[in-house]
Amino acid sequence: MKKLLVYLKDYKKECILAPLFKMLEASFELLVPLVMANLIDNGIAYGDKGYVYRQCIILIALGLIGLISSVTAQYFSAKAAVGYATNVRHHLFQHLMGLSFTEIDTLGTSTMITRMTSDVNQTQTGVNMFLRLFLRSPFVVFGAMVMAFTIDVKSALIFVAAIIGLSTVVFLTMAFNIPMLKDVQKKLDSVLLSTRENLTGVRVIRAFCKEEDEVIAFRNKNQNLTKKQKQSGSISGLMNPLTYVLINLAIVVLIHTGAVQVSNGILTQGQVVALYNYMSQILVELIKLANLIITINKSLACANRIAEVFSLQSSMEEGTYVETKEETAENLVEFRHVCLTYAGAGEESLTDIDFSVKPGQTVGIIGGTGSGKTSLVHLIPRFYDATKGEVLLNGVNVKDYKTEELRKKIGIVMQKAVLFKGTIKSNLAWGSGENETLTDEDFIEAAKTAQALDVVEKKGGIDSEIEQSGRNLSGGQKQRLSIARALAGKPQILILDDSSSALDFATDASLRKSIRELSYHPTVFIVSQRTSSIRHADLILVLDDGKLVGKGTHEELLQNCEVYREIYDSQYKKEEQVS
Amino acid sequence: MKTIQKVLHYLKRYLFLMVLSILLALVTVSFTLYVPILIGRAIDRIIYGNVDFTYIVLVLKQVVCFVLLTAVAQWLMNIINNKVTYEVVKDIRNEAFEKLQRLPLKYLDEHPYGEIVSRIITDVDQFADGLLMGFTQLFTGVVTILGTLGFMLTINGKITVLVVLVTPLSLFVANFIAKRTYSMFRLQSQTRGEETAYIDEMIGNEKVVKAFAHEKQAIEEFDEINERLKKCSLKAIFFSSLTNPCTRFVNSVVYALVAVTGAMAAIGGNMTVGALSCFLSYANQYTKPFNEISGVVTELQNALACAARIFELMEEQEEAEEDDNAYELTQAQGNVSCFDVAFSYVPDKPLIENFSLDVKPGQNVAIVGPTGCGKTTFINLLMRFYDVNGGNICVDGKDIRSLTRKSLRKNYGMVLQETWLKNATVRENIKMGKEDATDEEMIAAAKAAHSHSFIKRLPNGYDTIIGEEGGMLSQGQKQLLCITRIMLSLPPMLILDEATSSIDTRTELKIQNAFAKLMEGRTSFIVAHRLSTIRNADIILVMRDGKVIEQGKHEELLKKNGFYATLYNSQFQN
Repeated sequence: MKKLLVYLKDYKKECILAPLFKMLEASFELLVPLVMANLIDNGIAYGDKGYVYRQCIILIALGLIGLISSVTAQYFSAKAAVGYATNVRHHLFQHLMGLSFTEIDTLGTSTMITRMTSDVNQTQTGVNMFLRLFLRSPFVVFGAMVMAFTIDVKSALIFVAAIIGLSTVVFLTMAFNIPMLKDVQKKLDSVLLSTRENLTGVRVIRAFCKEEDEVIAFRNKNQNLTKKQKQSGSISGLMNPLTYVLINLAIVVLIHTGAVQVSNGILTQGQVVALYNYMSQILVELIKLANLIITINKSLACANRIAEVFSLQSSMEEGTYVETKEETAENLVEFRHVCLTYAGAGEESLTDIDFSVKPGQTVGIIGGTGSGKTSLVHLIPRFYDATKGEVLLNGVNVKDYKTEELRKKIGIVMQKAVLFKGTIKSNLAWGSGENETLTDEDFIEAAKTAQALDVVEKKGGIDSEIEQSGRNLSGGQKQRLSIARALAGKPQILILDDSSSALDFATDASLRKSIRELSYHPTVFIVSQRTSSIRHADLILVLDDGKLVGKGTHEELLQNCEVYREIYDSQYKKEEQVS
Repeated sequence: MKTIQKVLHYLKRYLFLMVLSILLALVTVSFTLYVPILIGRAIDRIIYGNVDFTYIVLVLKQVVCFVLLTAVAQWLMNIINNKVTYEVVKDIRNEAFEKLQRLPLKYLDEHPYGEIVSRIITDVDQFADGLLMGFTQLFTGVVTILGTLGFMLTINGKITVLVVLVTPLSLFVANFIAKRTYSMFRLQSQTRGEETAYIDEMIGNEKVVKAFAHEKQAIEEFDEINERLKKCSLKAIFFSSLTNPCTRFVNSVVYALVAVTGAMAAIGGNMTVGALSCFLSYANQYTKPFNEISGVVTELQNALACAARIFELMEEQEEAEEDDNAYELTQAQGNVSCFDVAFSYVPDKPLIENFSLDVKPGQNVAIVGPTGCGKTTFINLLMRFYDVNGGNICVDGKDIRSLTRKSLRKNYGMVLQETWLKNATVRENIKMGKEDATDEEMIAAAKAAHSHSFIKRLPNGYDTIIGEEGGMLSQGQKQLLCITRIMLSLPPMLILDEATSSIDTRTELKIQNAFAKLMEGRTSFIVAHRLSTIRNADIILVMRDGKVIEQGKHEELLKKNGFYATLYNSQFQN
């Protein structure tokens, strides 16, 4: 929670004014009994109707002033709470955007979203309530105690004892309840996961007739949730009765002490009544407080969940290197004995990868499922850090580059084609790289190279709408547009990660042809499972089980790399059958 | 309202507890109201020079007893309310989940998962909150109002009438504000939805965002929405928070009115000062629950709205009921025949019509066609995820609608292009189709499917837990696991929907042998675009725009020189 309080610092004024006006309202409320006492002592006692009317007008006026100060307080607290939540969301989003691939892999998208939305909302309510009422109640409680001291010290000590007892009760229930609420949330998450899983996997579950097993598993999780909810409820349900007992025991002691004091002539009967009234006032405030604490507890649990995300640090350190001149090293990309082990993985995914690529060359990467092709190309834009060895770009270790600088040199097309809500143009502009000022012609050009011109035309031009995640496009259309996006900024390095899987052979071939003919001659990495896609590459890397088992041209590899030959044969024979 | 009736139906089971809760509320409130009277009596005996200690101590002992009883009653009431609420919610969630298992695929395909999840999770949660608040505050609130009303009536009837007449004013004020703020809340939730969608898109695809160094722009765009949300949230929250101070103001006016009329009565000698102060304190207690109740009412309305959404889900039409004497298909021979089948997803858009097919046991059927041609539709019908609209589909000569769904599906082994794995261990995922399989059998299956070597390399081997939606596994690895599942369960009929699309050709070639062995003697339906599979099929179904347009053997179809021939030639021209 402490960590999140930082986000309130722009609202210091509001955070002070809101409780202040609340206290003002409370003070006016404390005046009401005095006015009533006057009304009784002076108005009724002397039968002065005019005086009665005047006192009633004062009562209404007090109510009105109370209303105004309360409204002011609500305004300030709402402003602070909403501003706080806006701040938290902004920083949380920024923080999430700053995490590296390793952290993204371990965090689930769904939990991220709930933390950014419902959890933040819950803490917003918490802050709002806190500012409005948490200071008001202690103010009334301590105010009542101070008043008691002005009447009689001995009786006031009972107040002190009562308040200490009450605080203990409040803090203990809070201390017990917060971890419990966290547990409840966890159990709820697992119920949610179960539900989601059953929707996404409904066909498989029904195909295997697992409905009943799933119901039983769900019932168990649900039962666990209910159990935790009841446990946590029975603890928070203790608070009200406990405070009630404490206050009333204090009253009993107070009356008894009061009786002794009166018989000794130290107090009057009226003063005992006043003390009793103050004690009752404390009770009323505490009931409000108890209800509030439940809300606050919930938001504290949420705040902790948010803080958890904030405490997650990116495992990558940002470099500072910015290229100054057009100085090109002999090798544009170089891997020096690179190994990669993913966080939490048992074994290396890449082992001792060593090769170098000259500017303008085309590199083909081929290998079986899970052989490490994608892992290899992901090291170039530094999505992950090599665990051993180093990856150099233009002679400089990629770790030394400023990440943004590095990634703007590289256009990458990922396996899963993703587009974003907006227009075709706004999507292509993502890839603008170092050329921030791209014209429509540039985008059309890129679409042409990517064989996506017909998609643009079909959809009605470059300004046509794209729905969230590119829902209104087919797989092949998305794939071609995402290639165009990578090409738009004329990157030095172009990486195509199995990105023609949804394209037919003819389109795939013309795509490769038009990339070869690009005027700016990018260095191209093509990851593929089809030998036909890479056979003309200047350098082919053959991966097997994370190891580089072959390196060379098509012809060389056919000669000396068994794995490559096997792959080639498996496809070549099929193609033979066709012709 | 019908929703209330349905909610009451769920509460019926806990009738006894609810009656107990009301009784406990009665005890709590009446004792709470009675204790001040006792204390008042004690105070009356504290007179200087004449303090009646024996009486005071007696009364104070009574007070302690009452207080302890009240506290116990209140605690029990809290526990009962908790229990009833959470048990009801549990019942509803369980039922909703069971309902999910019985809903036709049609419904699930037509509704976004997020929407259904939010009904079962968020809506039920909100309903729980509303219900709990209703229990705890509505009961005690109403009882307090009735109790104080009773006490006030014993003191002065006329002023009581005045109080009763004026208090609804605060409800009116609350209602007035609620109506005005409704549109602000709608704007707020709309903007929230927009922001959530944006977060979903950017965080869900964060790798792409990072690949293009697009973080800064993303943050800027997010901030734009965030700022808008800030403005409309502030409005909604501030204006709605006016309710409490306003109703409180109304109450202080009531208080002043009671003071005036009471004072006038006292001056006229119709009331004592003690009675007036007592009356005022009750009047104060009487108006307070009204504040709470207005809050509770909005909360309850919200809860009912949520409940309505849940009940809507629970009342959806289920899959057609199975006959009691539905036939249990044990080990199918594998004769599948379709006779004059008609099917469409939307009634006025006919899709499949007059489709007939006869597959003999052990035959292979290849289904080909461009993407989106409706291959999945055919699988949906075979597995009876959807029912035919006309004609019939028979397995071993029996209409599949006369079989139990379970036994039909158990006879098929299915590997889909869209892989799905449970959030469980590799072992559990593989053994899904055959739970009693031994580890040796499992490993043999994994070896046959060529998944053993990568499973071994996972952090905990077969006991590695696969995260949400397959987690760290690659698409190809997931597909291998799905194939392993089938290799283990060995069902008599197979459905393979591009089962090897994400697997590299070399591994595929190896698996092909295993598949070939598996398919021997098993009727299989294969969606594929790899030539060898198609060529060797006994029957090829050519689909286009959801319809089966050609059907026959490879050579026959080529000779026909129809759509298949064009498709075939274009696809493999390169």
